[in-house]
Amino acid sequence: MKENIKGMLHYIRQAFGVSLVLMLVCGLLFPLLLSDLSAILFPHQAEGSLIEINGKAVAAENVGQEFTEDYYLWSRPSAYHYNVYIENADGTQTYQDGTEFSGIGSGSNNYAPSNPELVERVEADMAFFLEKNPDVKPEDIPTDLLTASGSGLDPHISPKAAEIQIPRIVAASGLEEDQVRKIIENHTTSKLLGVFGEETVNVVKVNIELGTAMGLLQN
Amino acid sequence: MLQLVLTILIYLIMVIPVGSYLYHIAAGKHTFADPVLNRVDDVIYKISGIDPHKKMDWKKYALALLGTNAVMILLGYMILRIQSIPIFNPNGVGAMEESLSFNTIISFMTNTNLQHYSGESGLSYLSQMLVITFMMFVSAASGYAACVAFIRGLAGKSKNNVGNFYSDLVRIITRVLLPFSIIGGLLLVWQGVPQNFSGNVIVDTIEGAKQIIAQGPVAALEIIKHLGTNGGGFIGANSATPIENPTILTNLIELYSMMLLPGACVITFGKMVRDRKCEAQAGSTAFTVRSGVDSRSFTARFFGREGRTIFAAMSILFVIGLGICFWAESQGNPALAEAGLSQSMGSMEGKEVRFGVAQSAMFTTTTTSFTTGTVNNMHDTLTPLGGMIPLLHMMLNVVFGGKGVGLMNMIMYAILAVFICGLMIGRTPEYLGKKIEGREMKLTALCIIIHPFLILAFSALAVGTQAGLEGITNPGFHGLSQVLYEFSSSAANNGSGFEGLADNTIFWNITTGLAMFFGRYLSIVIQLAIAGSFMKKKFVNDSVGSLHTDTATFPIILVVVVYIFAALTFFPVLALGPIAEHLTLWA
Repeated sequence: MKENIKGMLHYIRQAFGVSLVLMLVCGLLFPLLLSDLSAILFPHQAEGSLIEINGKAVAAENVGQEFTEDYYLWSRPSAYHYNVYIENADGTQTYQDGTEFSGIGSGSNNYAPSNPELVERVEADMAFFLEKNPDVKPEDIPTDLLTASGSGLDPHISPKAAEIQIPRIVAASGLEEDQVRKIIENHTTSKLLGVFGEETVNVVKVNIELGTAMGLLQN
Repeated sequence: MLQLVLTILIYLIMVIPVGSYLYHIAAGKHTFADPVLNRVDDVIYKISGIDPHKKMDWKKYALALLGTNAVMILLGYMILRIQSIPIFNPNGVGAMEESLSFNTIISFMTNTNLQHYSGESGLSYLSQMLVITFMMFVSAASGYAACVAFIRGLAGKSKNNVGNFYSDLVRIITRVLLPFSIIGGLLLVWQGVPQNFSGNVIVDTIEGAKQIIAQGPVAALEIIKHLGTNGGGFIGANSATPIENPTILTNLIELYSMMLLPGACVITFGKMVRDRKCEAQAGSTAFTVRSGVDSRSFTARFFGREGRTIFAAMSILFVIGLGICFWAESQGNPALAEAGLSQSMGSMEGKEVRFGVAQSAMFTTTTTSFTTGTVNNMHDTLTPLGGMIPLLHMMLNVVFGGKGVGLMNMIMYAILAVFICGLMIGRTPEYLGKKIEGREMKLTALCIIIHPFLILAFSALAVGTQAGLEGITNPGFHGLSQVLYEFSSSAANNGSGFEGLADNTIFWNITTGLAMFFGRYLSIVIQLAIAGSFMKKKFVNDSVGSLHTDTATFPIILVVVVYIFAALTFFPVLALGPIAEHLTLWA
């Protein structure tokens, strides 16, 4: 009997001991070590790759934003509007389309392919896009531009989705077509080693350069 | 297409050295890092009061695993309930309520990582580290430890010693998970994954609005999430977000992180079984003959003959699944095509532009085959057949599988296949040189039946009750797929979701919590019992009548057996869910 109790106590002591030590090593020492190493080796990325203009952060390189102006490149639809919101005079916070902003989030509407609400959303977005881009034929709109990403924060669109927006941007911004085309090209990334992934255009970076070229942003 | 082939080829090249390293750790052989790590281990043993040389039989081993996991659940639960304290909590996150804490803690201890909360708003950084990151290490290490013990049992060097649980747990963390995590974590930060302790940043956009951007110790969690085949994201939308997975390179790093160790486990198995054979035959003339055959075959040398069989069967299942998923997603969505939107890029709803259809299909098939549960696209938005593949692979739960559990499940099927073949040719079934008898068959049958039972019984409960039905958010046949997916993911300890499901309710928190718990621990205990039972048996001599399991035909038999069992148990529900949705969509 005494042996049993002693064995039991030893068993409990080992279980607690190893749990606490590993909690300290894996849950605290490891993240702290990685933070210190990253802060020394890659300080910009470790702090979230923020893009600053005049010392003030305006965006992060990897996180998409919602753009509404005609002279900027537009992103894909997002259920969370890329966490972009406005503060109203009465202190409430809303997304730019006026619906309530309920705090930071990510994801999509999770519409199944057979969900009729998916078709409704795409049809509404397409009608709006065609109205703002009268030269574009519906069949020329690439798939990605009117479908929502998984994260709701996708910073990219496909090169073709950027291409069809060029006439609208040229008309609204007063910039030359060649200049707009050049800016988009500057922020187009090809496939890794020519094989992996897809060709992408970073919307946020394009728009910051567009804004600078138009003289809206002093860099 | 080319990128998928190359992705798999690179994997096959990388898995061999990792498998060899893992084998050295599991077999307690010398490695280059021993001089440093032995000291680290000794300190940990000393503080925790562990004698790493103490031998355990399968019962003691299972008890040590269960007891340690129970203590970890207790500690983690307490931290979640008091996470509102102002330590590592710059965003002022409040405490988590009971049923959600219960679900979360079971979810992370069982290596499932089903998340009914959203990381950026539901957890403080303290919880993200001390609970989530910690559990990601120890749940993975517990799984690998169980697997290593199971292999020791099957390899059968001794009659009753499967190793020491505590020493396996610690060695796997200090020699495999931690070093790999530090290197991989730094690579992720280099590519743009944040690693800091600042609160969420609010920026003024160039259009004059505001944007809130999540920050935190993301990279630390991100790397072990994949290495340990855990899958729970720092942020709600998981590895689809450009914060957790900003570039195609991070995507590949995360992909390989989750694929390497489960594959390596199979190699470890092959090598440990071969060791035993070599030892048993040393001195006899048979040894020279056999080893002559071994060294001539390239694959047998790297995988071990029995490991090669299992690896081949898993690979066949994986490639078939990947092919169907990629094909289905490439076809696009006919409902959107009808609305006038070009589907030339494939079905892009719920997918990121930087990954496209190919890398999304690859990640989807991998995360459910290797039971990780991380997602780089939203599975709820997959086309019906594209979404059926992840569902099916979780139902099978043998295609590599996470943290060694897939290997153990596949061996259950191998025993079954040997048994069925044995009946057909009228011989006593043997596997790995031991006779399979009544006791092993009963345990194997029990083990195989638990998984479909948990999935189907809980799904029936959900669609039969109001509380369950309320979670469904998509109309029609897809609603059933959402329910099935949630319970398959729980029982397989996968953790991915058809995220549309409104699952943070008491009903869903409790039912999935139970499915995860039983799915994990019942299987592990039964499998250890089978290993224990194998150990006690005498080796039988090879005869003309023996069925060889290291031939080219056996993997095919194994694949067929797996598919037949899946069809018998799951075909009716699959027909009512994804297949029916596919037929209506394409009608």
